[in-house]
This record gives sequence, structure tokens and C-alpha cells, in this order.
Amino acid sequence: MKRILAVDDSASMRQMVSFTLKKAGFDVTEAKDGSEALSIAKQQGFDAVISDVNMPVMDGITLIRELRTLPNYKFTPLLMLTTESGMDKKVEGKAAGATGWVVKPFNPEQLLAVLKKVIR
Amino acid sequence: MSIDLSQFFEVFFEESFEGLDAMEAELLNLIPGEEDLETINTIFRAAHSIKGGSGTFGFNSVSDFTHVLETLLDQIREGKRELTAEHVNLLLKSVDCLRELLRGLQAEQEPNLEEAIALRIKFEQILGLNQAEKNKLEVTASPAQLALNTYQIDFKPHHHLFKTGNEPLYMISELAELGDLETQAFHNEIPDITDLSADDCFLSWRFFLNTAKDENAIREIFEWVEDDADLTIALCGGLFADDDAQVTAPDVVAETSNSTPVPAAVNVAVVKPIKKDTVVKASTPAAESISIRVGIDKVDSLINMVGELVITQAMLSQIGQQEITEATIASLQEGLTQLAHNTRDLQENVMRIRMLPISFVFSRFPRLVRDISQKLNKQVELKLLGEQTELDKTVMEKISDPMVHLVRNSLDHGLETVEQRLAAGKDPVGTVTLNAFHQGGNIVIEIMDDGQGLNTVKIKQKAVANGLVSDADELDDDEINELIFMPGFSTADEVSDISGRGVGMDVVRRNIQSLNGSVEVSSAAGVGSTFIIRLPLTLAILDGQLVRVAKHTYIIPLISIVESLQIDISKVSRVGKDLDVLRLRDEYIPILRLYSIFNHQGAIETLDKTLLVVVESDNQKIGLLVDDLLSQQQVVIKSLEANYQKVDGVSGATILGDGRVSLIVDISGLIKLSGLRKPGSQELIIESQANLEAS
Amino acid sequence: MISAHSELNNKIMLEQSQGVKQFLTFIMADEEYGVDILTVQEIRSWEEITEIPNAPDYVKGVINLRGTIVPILDLRLRFGLATIDYGPLTVVIVVKVIFEQNSKIMGMVVDAVSDVYSIVEQDAKTVPNFSDSDNAEFVAGLVNVGEKMVALLNLQKTMDI
Repeated sequence: MKRILAVDDSASMRQMVSFTLKKAGFDVTEAKDGSEALSIAKQQGFDAVISDVNMPVMDGITLIRELRTLPNYKFTPLLMLTTESGMDKKVEGKAAGATGWVVKPFNPEQLLAVLKKVIR
Repeated sequence: MSIDLSQFFEVFFEESFEGLDAMEAELLNLIPGEEDLETINTIFRAAHSIKGGSGTFGFNSVSDFTHVLETLLDQIREGKRELTAEHVNLLLKSVDCLRELLRGLQAEQEPNLEEAIALRIKFEQILGLNQAEKNKLEVTASPAQLALNTYQIDFKPHHHLFKTGNEPLYMISELAELGDLETQAFHNEIPDITDLSADDCFLSWRFFLNTAKDENAIREIFEWVEDDADLTIALCGGLFADDDAQVTAPDVVAETSNSTPVPAAVNVAVVKPIKKDTVVKASTPAAESISIRVGIDKVDSLINMVGELVITQAMLSQIGQQEITEATIASLQEGLTQLAHNTRDLQENVMRIRMLPISFVFSRFPRLVRDISQKLNKQVELKLLGEQTELDKTVMEKISDPMVHLVRNSLDHGLETVEQRLAAGKDPVGTVTLNAFHQGGNIVIEIMDDGQGLNTVKIKQKAVANGLVSDADELDDDEINELIFMPGFSTADEVSDISGRGVGMDVVRRNIQSLNGSVEVSSAAGVGSTFIIRLPLTLAILDGQLVRVAKHTYIIPLISIVESLQIDISKVSRVGKDLDVLRLRDEYIPILRLYSIFNHQGAIETLDKTLLVVVESDNQKIGLLVDDLLSQQQVVIKSLEANYQKVDGVSGATILGDGRVSLIVDISGLIKLSGLRKPGSQELIIESQANLEAS
Repeated sequence: MISAHSELNNKIMLEQSQGVKQFLTFIMADEEYGVDILTVQEIRSWEEITEIPNAPDYVKGVINLRGTIVPILDLRLRFGLATIDYGPLTVVIVVKVIFEQNSKIMGMVVDAVSDVYSIVEQDAKTVPNFSDSDNAEFVAGLVNVGEKMVALLNLQKTMDI
């Protein structure tokens, strides 16, 4: 079973993402901010990481930059959840090593469709 | 796959309300010109989360509104715009507005957008968004292209592509889903094995795609790698181009897949509003939440305790199987002690689940104090102490309104204006302090101000005018202060829109008493006044005094008991036809015979040496005549009304250790039932005084 | 075995489709009364009870039914019949009464439990309006079971305090 790490400070979004992915047959682990996600990611391996950008403690961009430097996450798809207004965030995220982005708002079907680009 | 998003709504609402509370608190900390980035960031994040969630869950009225809010905050955050006091006020109003919108949505009512639209216009004015730009923002969906076209797509990823986590293979199969796809792969760039880096991508592709989709749909697939690859997309027209490029040689790794075209859902930007179940919790008032968040630590400790309970149970059942000897009896007793211990721990911890820090209530006061002091033109500093003190969620929900009333009162009547304070030689900035702490099984909440104190002269005048006391009465300050809790009392010379809302202190006291709590006031002229609220930590449990009346056991709430004593008949006088009054120090306590009110036979009817429990309620002290005082214990309150109906003089029932039902006495209900109109009234005291002196 | 089982099933289904209901009957002052068996929660023996002050005389008090407070009514008193001492046969039938707004769990003291009958509800005859009796309102209908006459209780009316 493919393992995904879902990172969002908003519990409802986190639950929605996690629930959607679980229903699609993924094994999902949740984290509420970048720093928590990073320490989880260091302990366990994941086939993909989906992270919000704006979060307390450690934001999503920093998380992606940190993850990319880890040997285990060299090729791992790292997706960020961003709003349509955050075009510059996309650029910043790509520079940090993000694989791609999912534009908020999205519904479960859209999330899964986008995910198919990087993990199957 | 269809997923019902409504299951996440409650969590979304809860976190959004928390986010709004946080926004509000941070906004109140903001001083334009001195704002720090972290504060702005926190506010921005809260707005951002609400926007993201509301968009996702289909609450477009909220997400649209939050969008302008977020844009402004983003500009401030990025240093592109300076924060002004106007911004802060506008943002605070937006917090209120969002709260209303969300409450409406939570209650599944049609939201009232008037306020939101008005505020949005103001934001747009600030942001300088003109109509043209706005129209640009509202993207119109392009009609679907129906004609089949063939595109030639050349895709040459840069060497580092894999390091972005992207996978060309998946993109190709995405592409295949758009239509008929023919693929050629070129591996001519793959270097010699010695120079080969396994991390790099050396392949490139050419595709011919016959599809009804437009170029954007194709670009979308490569959206994430635009900067990491050379991509050209060209329309070839007609069917498959059969030019010389169509080489299928051994140096081509062909990957052709052909699946049924499915509409690419990726670019559907409009989220349909989710239709919610129409089976509504109609009776649930919007303000009372239906779920609580519980910290993991609390759940963990519960699980531990249940574990211990299971062990104890196993131990006891083992003993039960043994032959009964003195040794087994001893270990049985030991086991039972352990069981009692486990049960008590478990009970305490289960109660803790419903406990929340009082900061949930306190947090609404900075805003309240700010708004009211602005309106009154007073300078006020609010101090919050003991915010982490925990109490039951239900109690919390009910204590909020009385507290608001008391704080309004302190601001309106307690604190002086700046001029008055300066004239009195005080700090021009008045202080209101909210303090909470635990004391025994109760939580104590103090509302203190350093204002002028209660005006005893004025209060007495008013009370005399209202016929509550007579001018001739000698009352000390405490007694006068107590008068403000009498029904129909209002001290404001004029009814102001701050505190004169037709709700008197008597209502505050009654509401607190309905929670089995009490409220009192102490005050010193020129120094300030303090309101002290005492509440049980939970509504589900009550500390009770068990008493016996004839053969019946009743429970008197410990919090209302002043003292218990044996009646000295020489201090008793009869007033009127059938009321006995006991002189207790300086007070005259009417004696209520519980057996007679409850119509029980076989109780002790003589007064001399009989037990009297003196209780206080509604500012009145009365004595309850009982046959015997039994133990004191915590009891779990059960409803009588669920299967029966309200019983006068009884507030509920409980189940005692032996399984019997016992009724809990409702003191203020008893007073009503007894027909005792005003136990503390003047006539009564005068008459009993006279009677006692005569005898 | 299987056929017997399905036969029973068929019978029940048939009965339901024909408006047949099962009624639990009990005796009071030599009269037999019936309540829809689906409303019956349990049958208990008479036990010590906690009196409710100033309640109507037919409300005997409340008991603890596995943590819930349940009121107990004496049906003889409720119907204005002569009271008898509670004996070993005296039972409390605990029923769930559906009222307009809510439902309540309540108990009723009766002389003794009698039997369970399948009764076609439509067969019940309306109660003749005895001018000297107030109890007619407590009875929804009368049915004949063999030689006997059973009065079907109107629970809502009976238990409405």
C-alpha cells in the first residue's frame, strides 16, 4: 500500500485529504505543521507528501526544502496545497523542490485526479 | 468515488470559530505602526485557513469574503501596505461578520450577506480593485471544444526532472486518457555507462495525440514541469500525421497506451455547493456546540484507567472462584478497595473530558472591553488571570452571559471617566480584572474593577423608592450592596445602551443559581468593587448532604447550606398563624417543615432539639427541619423530567449506593412551595423580634 | 426444521399484513386488559419505591431502572378501583409510551400478568359510553378472545399524568 503524508494545520482540510486518500486505498499519516511532518518523515518512509503552504511553526515551503535534502526524499513526489492567488508561491515552491501543486479549493475527486500524475 | 464532504463540516466550523477567536485576539493586540510580523502572520493564516476550508466545502459566501480579507493581509504581510487603525477596525468587523455567516451556515440557514457585501466593498476600495479588474478575476469557462484535433507534442525533460519528484511515465498515461496517443521515445542522449548518472533523465519523447480537448488540457498535464523541460505543442490538423518522424526502430522505447478518454477533472475550478441532509437538528441552538475536542492525553489516561479497572475485575473474579477462607476475604476486601479507587479515578477523569480552560470564555472579553470603553470614552486595561482554570463545558456555555453582564456593569457604572479618575488622583486608565481559580469542588470567578465602588447611598434610596426596604432600616454596607440583586433593581440613573438592557442583577443571580452557583459582591467606595461567582465544576455531579425526613432520604446541595444546628426552642417565636422563626445571632430564620411541605407522615414534629439545616437561596436564608443528618457525598444528577415531569421543590434525582432513588431538594422551589413570600421581609423580622422580647 | 421455521416466518408476515398484533394481557379486579407487546420493555416484581412528594395518589413513586429514573403508576388507583395489598403476583409492567412530543419509560402496577394473544386490531369494538364511568377514555377498544373480553388500553391516555 502506498504511503502518503498529509500536512495541514486545519483539522478539517487534513481530515478531508486523509479521508479521501484512505478511501482511494492509500495509507495516510497526518501531521499538523511542517516541523511535525519533518520529524515523522525522518522516521518513516512515504511515497508522497501533500502539504499545505501556510502553517504555523514551519511552513510548507520550508518543509519541502528540508525534505528534498534528505536522501530518502530525493525523488519523492512532494505536492503543495495552495490557493489560486499564490502564483508566486508556486514558483517559490518549485524552487524549494516541490513536484507540483494542488490548487485550493479542490474536491476529493480533483485531489485524486491530480495525485495520479505522480503516484499510482 | 463519491465522498460526502458534510462529515467534515462540524470540524471545519469548530476550527473556523477558533481561528476567528485567534484573529480577534491578535487584532486586539495590534497597534498600527508597531505591528510585528508574527502577529500579522497568525491573523493571515487564520483567514487563509478559513478561506481554503470554506472554498473546499462549498461555502462560497465565506470564501469569497475571506478572499478580500486575505488579499489585504497579504499585502500588509509583504510590506506592500501599511497597517492603519481603519484596517484593524474593518478586520474586527469582518471577524464578527464571518462568525455570523458561519453560524448561519452551521444552523443551515440562508446566510445574510448584506454586512459581508458592505464590508467587501470597503475592502475593495482599500485594495483599489476597480470593476475592470474584478471582472477579470471572474473567469468565464470556455466552451468545450468538440472537434477532434491532432497535436504533436515534443517533450524533452531536463536532466534533473526526477529530482522534482515528477514521473514522465505517469504524465504519458495521463495524456493517453485525453484521446488516442502515439508515442515515440528517444534515448540517443543516454551517455556511456561510465558517465551515466542514475539520478538523471536522458530520455525525451514525441507524442501524437488525437483528442477533443484543447491545448490547455495538454499543458495542464505538463504544468508542473514547464520549467523543468522543453515542451512544444503544435496542432497538426487532421488525423495522425504520418511524416517521417513516425519511426519505430529498435532505439525507440515505445510506450503506447490507449484507454477510454475520461474528462480530466483537474481543471474544474467551480466547486458545487454541497447539498446537505435535510434531516436537521432543528432543536439544537446554533450557539451550543454538539461536539468537543478532547486532548489525546486525556483519552490516554482514560484508557490506562480502564486497563487498571480490567485488571482489578480479573483479580476479583479470580477470588470469587476460590473457596471462602479468611485469606480470600482479606484479599476480597483489598480488591474492593482497589475497585473503589479505580472507579473514583475513572469518574474524575471522565469528568475531565468535558472540562475546558476558562480562557474560552475569557477570550471574548478583550474585544468587548475595547468596544465598550471606546463607546464610553473611558480608558480601560483588562487583566486576565487564571485562564487555564478548567470547568465543565456546559457550565462554561451558561456562565458567559452573566459574566458579560457583570463586566459591562463594571465598565459602565464601576469605572469612572478619565477626568473623574484624574480628579480623584487615580491612574487615568482603569483596570478590570477577571480572575478564575479552583476552590474545593468549585470554580471561583472574580470580576474586579478599581472604579468608584457601589454607591451605597444611591442604592438605598432606590431600594426605599422601590419599597424593598424602609428608610428607617439600619443596613450596613454589605447589606445595602446585596440589595442590587433584588428583583426589579436597576442603579443606572438613566438606562444606557451598555448595561441597561432590561436585565437586572437579579437575573444574573438567578442564572448563576440555576447552575447551582452563587454570586456576591464586595465593594469599597473609591477603591472599586468585586463580584465573586462560585460555580460547581460540573453540572452532572453535585456535593450533597443526605438528610432523613420520616422514612425518606433527601439530598440538599451542599453549596446552599449555611450551617446545621439543633433548635433551641427559646429562640423560636411564632409569627402569624403557623410560621415559626428562629433567632440566629442577628438574623431571623423562618423554619420550613420539610415533612409538611412534602406531605410525609411520621416525622418529628416538635421543634425543640430537632435538627435544622440553614440554607440560603435567592438571597434568603431559611431553615429546613429534618429528622436526621446522614452522610455527605457526591451524587450524579439524574433527570426526573425525562420520564416523569417537573416536581415542585425537587430539582432532580440521584441513585444512592444501594440502588435506591433519592430526590434532590430545590431550595428556591421549596420557598415558593411553602408560600413563604418574603422570608427576609421587614414585617416578619419586626414581628418575631417583638414576640421574642415579649416571651 | 427449516420448513417449520419458514412456516412460522410466513405466519408472522401474514399476520402482520392482516393487521394482527400481539398483545400482552394482565388482570386487574377480574378484568383483562391488553397492551401492544411492542411497547412492553420488561416485567418486574413489585419493589421498594421512592415516593414523590405531592404527586397524585396513583403515582406510587420512582424506581431506578438500570440508571434511569422511571415513575410507577398504580393502575387500580388510576382507574379508581378498590385497592388491594400488593402480593407475590403483583407485577410492574414497564412500557414505553409515545406521547406527541416525546416518549417516556413508565411502569404500571397490575394484579397479575395473564397471557399473550394475537389480536386483529380492527376487530376491536369501540367502548360503549357508560355514563357512570370515567375509565372509558383509558380503553381504546374491546375484543373477544374466545369466551373472554379483553380491553385494549389507550396507553397515552392512561399514562398521561
